[in-house]
Order: sequence, then structure tokens, then C-alpha cells
Amino acid sequence: MKLTTLLTGAAMALGLATTAMAQDKTKVGFVYVGPIGDGGWTHEHDKGRLAVEAEFGDKVETVYVESVAEGPDSERVMTQMALDGADLIFTTSFGYMDPTINVAKKFPNVKFEHATGYKQAENVATYSARFYEGRAIQGHIAGSMTKSNIIGYIGSYPIPEVIRGINSAFIHARKVNPDVQFKIVWAYTWFDPAKEADAAKVLIEQGADVVLQHTDSTAPQAAAQEAGNVITFGQASDMAQYAPLPRVSSIIDDWAPYYIARTKAVMDGTWTSGNTWDGIGAGMVGIGEISDAVPANIKAEALALKASLADGSYHAFTGPLKKQDGSDFLAEGEVADDGTLAGMNFYVEGIEGDIPQ
Amino acid sequence: MIRLEKRPQPSRLFSLATPLLAVLATMFFGGLLFAALGKEPLTSIQTIFWEPLFGEFSFFYRPQLLIKGAPLILIAIGLSLGFKAGIWNIGAEGQYIMGALFGAGVGLAFYPLEGFYIFPLMVLAGAFGGWIWAMIPALLKVKFGTNEILVSLMLVYVAEQFLASMSLGLLKNPEGFGFPGSRNLQQYESAFNGDLIAGSGMHWGVVCAMIAVIFAYVLLTRHRLGFAIRVTGEAPRAARFSGVNPTRLVVFCLGISGLLAGLAGMFEVSGPAGQVTIDFNVGYGFTAIIVAFLGRLHPIGILLAGLLMALTYIGGDIAQSQLGLPAAAIQVFQGMLLFFLLALDMFTNYRLRFGRTEVA
Repeated sequence: MKLTTLLTGAAMALGLATTAMAQDKTKVGFVYVGPIGDGGWTHEHDKGRLAVEAEFGDKVETVYVESVAEGPDSERVMTQMALDGADLIFTTSFGYMDPTINVAKKFPNVKFEHATGYKQAENVATYSARFYEGRAIQGHIAGSMTKSNIIGYIGSYPIPEVIRGINSAFIHARKVNPDVQFKIVWAYTWFDPAKEADAAKVLIEQGADVVLQHTDSTAPQAAAQEAGNVITFGQASDMAQYAPLPRVSSIIDDWAPYYIARTKAVMDGTWTSGNTWDGIGAGMVGIGEISDAVPANIKAEALALKASLADGSYHAFTGPLKKQDGSDFLAEGEVADDGTLAGMNFYVEGIEGDIPQ
Repeated sequence: MIRLEKRPQPSRLFSLATPLLAVLATMFFGGLLFAALGKEPLTSIQTIFWEPLFGEFSFFYRPQLLIKGAPLILIAIGLSLGFKAGIWNIGAEGQYIMGALFGAGVGLAFYPLEGFYIFPLMVLAGAFGGWIWAMIPALLKVKFGTNEILVSLMLVYVAEQFLASMSLGLLKNPEGFGFPGSRNLQQYESAFNGDLIAGSGMHWGVVCAMIAVIFAYVLLTRHRLGFAIRVTGEAPRAARFSGVNPTRLVVFCLGISGLLAGLAGMFEVSGPAGQVTIDFNVGYGFTAIIVAFLGRLHPIGILLAGLLMALTYIGGDIAQSQLGLPAAAIQVFQGMLLFFLLALDMFTNYRLRFGRTEVA
């Protein structure tokens, strides 16, 4: 029992130390699931971290640990950051959810922000981006530009976020091209250049002339470039090094404004828990420059779609829509509510194949 | 002129000194690496090795050493028995996954029932899951002469697919809003493998790892089976003449290593990890191979090597966060450790001779 007392004592002393320190320098920690050089997901979070440093200069100190496995390792890294006096910790992967909640219980004075999860607490807020809005624009361009009418899609894991993206892209591809088919390959990884390249090659061999990806590396872009006559879209990051072809546009996660705002809230003592789910309108989802490889009329349509998503006049999931099994999903003019979107585990009508179980 | 000369007898001194020398060489060249990255080398080395053990927050890191080290030690002990006999189980990662799935599966089947018997049943199921997964390469080897290295390794990927399927399907948390991953066993009292003394890091997996170390030590030094293992590894023909049954030895060695890996997975999923998730396995089964060799395939050596590996992981993460060292530099650092160990290992069997070669 002595150890317990020691631990509680130390944690309390630390709690005091953190509040005292908050007056001079705010310390912000970031836990990353991949390497900062992945060119995708983690890279964008790290750009957000650098933006926080640039914004507040001497008033903040940021620390990060990259390639942290989900589970006990992440719990240890978060605890270590809290012990080292972090005031605010961003945990940037879905799998960090339970560890974040566990650590937050031990450090009530430290604020936590968990990306893409659904568990909140007094000192744990969640945030995510409406990537599916970007997928709608991708679907529009892909459906308009495909000649083989086969669009390949590299899925990471069959989870709601990814399924939402597939549905959104499919709905908007079908709108402009009723003959379009989706071929979906599950890579079961967020970041594995070798596997992603293989998946892209398989899709291209099956006749896909557009490859969409929900994985983070640039390997599918390279595979498409090699094959020629295949277009792709940057994922999470702009991947502009593959523009103008094969990369014709991209979905960019822009975490910087959110990270700056939340850091400022901690500095001002106005931070409160909550759930943020922002899209194109708030600037959390960016659409990368649409390259000249896209015909001007399609580009104009895509930009108009972007504008309507941004100002809220159009929702990416607007009825009439049916589910894959033919049952009703949304009535004419009805839009999907956030609860349905958050837990989406079905394909919309027209997509072939089953979601793996 | 420098040349290598084979020693008439392997040097006992070198066999003991190699791990220490390897650690020192790693510190030295690792320091150079960190200096090249523009970090203070001494501070870096100190952060990795000193901070977790004696730093300001060692009260937190010391228990973490046990949590990180226990699965490594448990798996490595099992592997070392086979390695000593020349039976190469490379698939401990898969057996670890299967143990976790069997253990968690049994626990979740009882949810939300509480009962003292649930955890012991999970332990049995976890051990069985690892054992049965190792029996596949074992039986294929003894019946059809397949190569256990390939079969056990390939079964890791099968197990990973199985894990993904379970996280997305059968074991998925029904209250998880469609997200993958099972219920958290940390919130299910009868199935939770928590600290036996709060904050000490001592969960059942740590206890089990210590028992395994003692068990392996006694087996190797006092038991006939231990003799059979050693003699098979050193002189297979002599082993056969002395009445060792190679079939039984293969089944035993693969079985015990699978069983211990399965236990490690089960204790991990029910304790520190808590959940079956797609990315549940983080490579303990492969790192344990390094640990087994770093520990000279000796039970006590493995105990120390497991703790040392755990230390470099924990210290490495601290160095990343406090000094901004990239994760890749830490991985290179860990790689150096194995490299120097293997390189210096040569001096157990060879020695350097200076001077002219005598022509006979």
C-alpha cells in the first residue's frame, strides 16, 4: 500500500506543479501513431503542431512521440508526457481512446484531446473532420473522368469512417456517371507502403483507371504513375509531388486552426470538453489544388460542389438514398444525422460486395 | 597482420562478457549517432538508461518495465528451449495473438457474469490457444517433415487476419457504435488482470514470467528432458544414441513455446491492453527472439535481457519526447544492440592473433 500512497502523493504534487507552470509556458504534447514523415495522416498532425509553435512562439513548448503503438505503450507515453508537465495532450489515433480516458482519470488537471473517438470526459474532448465532404468532391471528379467506369478504392479498415468515405464517393460518382462501378480492396493497415502499392496494382490490373485511397502513404500514387493513364487523389496530405498526374486533387486534413484554438483556450483557462466535427466550411478539411489534368468544366463543377458543402446549402448524404440491401436510408430531401453517419456500417445501394466482418 | 584463430574451447569469459560489451559498444556508437543528430550524447544515453530506473518519475517507470518486460521474458523462455535443441519457432507472434483471442473470447463469453472461476478459465484457454497454434507446425514437421521456421512464420499472418476478423466481427463491442475492437476487459472485474498490488505493475503475467524462468532453469539443469534438449542441439546424432525421441522433443519444444506465448497474449489482453483490437499485437513475438539470444538462451540471461529491452523501449520513448530524438534513431539504437551482440559473439569461439602467420 505504500506504493499507492507514494503514487497518489506524487501525482498530487505534480498536479500542483503543472498549474504553477502553466503561468509561464504552456506545454503541449502530441502522440502520433505513425512516423512524422509518413507523408499523410501523422505528417498533417505534425504540421498542426508546428503551426502551434509558430503561433505562440516562446509561450508554448511542444513535445511529440511518433510511431506509438495503440494499447499499453500509448498509455505509458501519455502518462510520461503528463508527468513531464504537459498541460494539453493531443492523442491522434482512434486506438488511443481507452488509454486516453485511463490517463485522463489520473491527471485531472491536464487536458486531453482525442482524435476520431467517441468517449469524452471532464478533461477529454474529441475532435474529428468530416472527410466524407472531401470524398464527395473526389467521387464527382472520379465519376466524371473515368473511361473504364471502374474506380478502385483502397480501404484501410472496414470501420464507419472509411465506409462513410466509400459511400460518399460512390454516391457522387454515380450521380454524374450511372455506369460507374467500385472495386474495393481492404489493406488492413493505415500505413504500409508495400501493401498499399500491391493493392493499387491489383486494382489497376482489374481495369480501374481511378484509384482512391484511405491509407496514408504515397505508394498508390507511385504505382499509378508507373502504370500511366490512372488518376489518384492525395490522402490526408496534399501529395503534390505527384501532381498534375496521377494526382489530380487531394483531401487535406488541416488541424492547425483547431490546435491553435485549443491551445489558446488552455492558455486563457477557457478550455472545456466537447466534441468537434468540422468539415470544409470550418477549414478542417481542405481540397488540394485541382490540377490541369481535369477538364475545366469538371473542375468548375467540383468547385461549385465544394462551395455548397462549405456554406451548408448541400449535405453529402442527401436523400433519396437506399441501402445496399434495397431498404430505405433517406427520403427525398432528407439529410443523414450525425449519429447515423458516426456509426455507418452499411453500403449504399449500387456498391457490390460485402463489408468484411 | 591480424587474423582469427578458432579457440580450442569456447571462452567462458567471453560468453559472459559479450552482452555487457555489446551494451557498452551500443552506448558508445549510439552516443555518436545522437551527437550526429545534434543531441547531447551523454544526456541522450542517460535519458534512455538512467531516467526510467532512477529519474524523478521512476516510481512510474519501474512498474512499466515489468509490464513491458513480462511478455518478452515469457515468450523468450519458451523459444529458448526450442532454440537450444535446434527447433526454430519463429511464429510466437501468431501464438501470442491466438492466446489472446482464446483467452479474451472465453472471458467475453461470460460477460457480464461475475465469478472467481472466469479468470482461471481464461488462463487455460489462452495457454490452449497458443499451444494449438504451435501444434500445427509441430505436427506438420513430425508427420510430413515440413520446415517449422516457414510454417510457424506464415501462421503469424494467418493469426493476424484472424485477429482482424475477430475485432470486426465476433468479438466486436456491441456498444462500440460500429467501431472495431472488443469490450474493454479492464472494466470487467472477473476477467481483469490488474496489478496485484496497486501501482506495482505486478500482474499475473509478471508472476507467470518469473515462474517460467525458474521452471526453465530447473528443467535445463536438473531434468532429463533438459539434458535431451541440450544434447540434441549440440550433437543430434549422439542424442539419438542416448535414447532421445526427436519427434517427442519437437512436439514438446514447439508446444511449450506456443503455450507460453499464448499465456503472454492472454495476460496482455486481459490486463495492460484490455481490448482485442486489430492492432493488438505489437511485435513481442519477434522481439522475444532477440531477447532469447541476447540472454544467451539461458533463463537468467533472458530475464535480464527482457528487462534491458523493456528499458530501451521506455527510455527511448522518453528520449523522443524530452529531447526530440526521432523514433527511427531509437530503432537504430536497438538494432545496434543486437548487431554488436552477434558481432562480439564471434570472440566466444575465435580469438584475434596479431603478428605474422606461421607457415607450416
